[in-house]
Amino acid sequence: MLGRLTLDALPHEPIAIGAVVGMTLGALGVLAGLTYFKRWKWLWSNWLTSLDPKKIGIMYLIVAALMGFKGVIDAMMLRAQQATGVGDNAGVLTSDHFQQIFSAHGTIMIFFVAMGLIFALFNLIIPLQIGARDVAFPFLNSASFWLFAAGMILVNVSLAIGSFSAAGWLAYPPLSGIEYSPGVGVDYWIWSLQIAGLGSLLSGVNFIVTILKMRAPGMSLMKMPIFVWSCLGSLVLIAFAFPILTATLTLLSLDRTIGTHFFTSTMGGNPMMYINLIWAWGHPEVYILILPAFGVFSEIVATFSKKRLFGYTSMVWAIGAITFLSFTVWLHHFFTMGSGANVNAFFGIMTAVIAVPTGVKVFNWLFTMYRGMVSLTVPMLWFLGFIVTFTLGGVTGVLMSMPAFDFQVHNSLFLVAHFHTMIIGGVVFGGFAAFNYWFPKFTGYTLNERIGTWAFWAWLIGFLLAFVPIYALGLMGATRRLDRYDASMGWQGLFIVAGIGVMVIMGGIALQVLQMIVSYRQRHQNRVGGDPWDGRTLEWSTTAPPPHYNFAVIPTVTARDQYWESKHHKPVAKPVYEDIIMPKNSPAGLFIGIFTGIFGFAVIWHIWWLALIALLAVITTIIIRTSNDDTEYVITAAEIAKHEHTRLGHAT
Amino acid sequence: MTVVSGLVVLLLRNSNFAVLDPKGPIAQSQYDLLIFGTVLSTFVVVPVFALTYGIVMRYRTNHQTANYSPEWDGDKRLELIWWLVPLALITVLGVVIWTSSHRLDPSKALASSKPPVTIQVVALQWKWLFIYPDYNIATVNYIQFPEDTPVNFVLTADAPMNSFWIPQLGGQIYAMPGMSTKLHLLADDPGEFRGSSANLSGEGFAGMKFTAKASSQADFETWLKTVQQADVNLAKADYDKLAQPSKNNVVSTYSAVERNLYGLVLQKYMPPDSHDSEGQGRHEH
Repeated sequence: MLGRLTLDALPHEPIAIGAVVGMTLGALGVLAGLTYFKRWKWLWSNWLTSLDPKKIGIMYLIVAALMGFKGVIDAMMLRAQQATGVGDNAGVLTSDHFQQIFSAHGTIMIFFVAMGLIFALFNLIIPLQIGARDVAFPFLNSASFWLFAAGMILVNVSLAIGSFSAAGWLAYPPLSGIEYSPGVGVDYWIWSLQIAGLGSLLSGVNFIVTILKMRAPGMSLMKMPIFVWSCLGSLVLIAFAFPILTATLTLLSLDRTIGTHFFTSTMGGNPMMYINLIWAWGHPEVYILILPAFGVFSEIVATFSKKRLFGYTSMVWAIGAITFLSFTVWLHHFFTMGSGANVNAFFGIMTAVIAVPTGVKVFNWLFTMYRGMVSLTVPMLWFLGFIVTFTLGGVTGVLMSMPAFDFQVHNSLFLVAHFHTMIIGGVVFGGFAAFNYWFPKFTGYTLNERIGTWAFWAWLIGFLLAFVPIYALGLMGATRRLDRYDASMGWQGLFIVAGIGVMVIMGGIALQVLQMIVSYRQRHQNRVGGDPWDGRTLEWSTTAPPPHYNFAVIPTVTARDQYWESKHHKPVAKPVYEDIIMPKNSPAGLFIGIFTGIFGFAVIWHIWWLALIALLAVITTIIIRTSNDDTEYVITAAEIAKHEHTRLGHAT
Repeated sequence: MTVVSGLVVLLLRNSNFAVLDPKGPIAQSQYDLLIFGTVLSTFVVVPVFALTYGIVMRYRTNHQTANYSPEWDGDKRLELIWWLVPLALITVLGVVIWTSSHRLDPSKALASSKPPVTIQVVALQWKWLFIYPDYNIATVNYIQFPEDTPVNFVLTADAPMNSFWIPQLGGQIYAMPGMSTKLHLLADDPGEFRGSSANLSGEGFAGMKFTAKASSQADFETWLKTVQQADVNLAKADYDKLAQPSKNNVVSTYSAVERNLYGLVLQKYMPPDSHDSEGQGRHEH
């Protein structure tokens, strides 16, 4: 009846029980709070069923932040184990638990934190920057978010029911095959990524169409804000790379569930094919994450230098080059598989070549500041921190692009330090820069600068403390994912320093939370209009927060920095309002997410009847939604005029 | 500053930077590549850091300066410089990547006047089995070979994929079930070197390490005799028992080994209809 699911699936270890009890109490607390404050209706109609990309973007951000907390706590547990599992000491965790934690840490940080962050940026910023009121397919956007959320929930359910994969964040077979990983852990991994990945792919397509078809009149491709170009590169990569992930995970799950032999070592299967396929998705994934961060920095540097972005055309070509090249380097993740000198050398050279367009971007940013008026606000601090970390990470990356040297540091902590430098120094710092930069746009008040500065320094120092020792350990020959090692290696001191670094980062996170609380309490003092930074692009031309239709009148574009130009050169014409058609709320996306999540859970546990019912429910929901013709409503010109009048009177 | 350097010295007092302390020609060449790459990178890193610092300090202002140029958004000559200079550096790097990939191809035999020692490596859950086919002996988690003599490793796994790494002698190569990879190393002088498994292979993976000892030719021969006289057999049945998962294995030696054991291990993963009597399996070069 319940497939593989029995009472044994409940947690036994004290740490796991504690985590589950904590999470359950937290969830109950939220539910009780909603009931007590009578907020269910508000939650339902303002958030859960909303098709407004601004709301959906904020929900992505909340998921990313919650999962970020979990990922950092995982990191701390890994460091605690590696600081204590020395010689005869077993350390604080069992091997299996340790391996589950690093697998979960990588999975969560990439798929739910970093991806959540960039999808938040797509939703919040792209429509506003291109002068659109919505995305191309508002309902699909909601469904994408709820698929993403369902994947996230499956990962967390594995804590309470069953276990998570212990096969690393990319689950190489044969270790992830049924022979060596017979439990449900790898299935949780497969299905949470499969479901979230489907959401990512749909969202990618949605935003490509949005950018290509919904730009304001006059905004030719070469007049698009550079952030939108960066996102377009990232989205094209999503559209090409995520189907590879979907196919690969499908084949792996067939191997595990019905006994096929795509990636097994026996019967003609080939695990090397899996490794090629997963990295044919995995390397573009790195650029899916970093390109939007590049775009964020481009916007910030231009705004806070009060100057046009230097070398816009070069930047566009650099984005294009990175987008293309990112599909030609995947083999550098396994030079050590023994492909032979010609193949390794080709992929090594392609890897090194990516450094060229990336370097071009750095010089263009620097010359954007040159002869500008640079104000070192919090977003600019994150930018400068990014230049330092990313350049150093770039050097270690160039070193590893030499296959013959890579043999010496592959799978070592040197590699671990390298990709954390790129992801934290690039994507995470970019996310924080974006958060501080665009926060007033969506709330109407600025974030506290002083606490933001403290948080930046805590993060930067914490990052260096946490990862410089890890580089050093790699050069000492320490491989990744070790839960214990001999005391004679002399590694313990460095692992302890790295652990202290993580604690300093946690201090930085605490300061960021404090920054938000203090800023909220001081929101009346820090209230700003729609354009707090003397912005350049269209999102700053509307109020803060923007009305749900973004623009009462769709702007006409004649220049790259359209808003800057119109502020400085053109008189503002009196607006003429027209009727606006907007999508109605819909709970169908939420239902699709819930049913798909149930489907995933049922397949993981081999509860086939439930899987069938859930699948039928998904299909039925889609049919009902697509047969509904009444999905839009009209805001009349008169209503807009009235709304604009009160809104502008209050907000600016 | 003194406090910091004192702490660093204290932290590193027992440390051995294995990758920076090569003991054989392969590791030495890989170390040289590290130095080359670092020096080459300084041609970009130093200008970037200097420009960042200089520009931020110079233009950090909240009032309009004389040369504030809000419309200045490009300069073809400048942009050409930072397309072409990195391209030139990467071209140099590309040549080095190409030549070093061929020169240090792990499957390439090392030139030497001395005959090489062949060691067949089988990654198991969670120990390394080493077979010396020329001497009909085998060891677990320990290898010995003469100094200044090429060692030809051929590697496979009878367990999840692993990666074989002796940092002071040279870089790693994967050991995969049903595949046979090659690695050629050499130790310049006698010494004991740490070997490890670099790829996650399951629960006991952290305890899967070995010692690689380079000794004089005479010591090597003495060691061979000791092993051969011990009279511990590794027949197929013994191997099957050994291949069962076990953690933190101690060193053990075998004086006699099932004939063509390495080939038999490879054959386990062959499709039933493609029996290869030599047991060479699919070769991975």
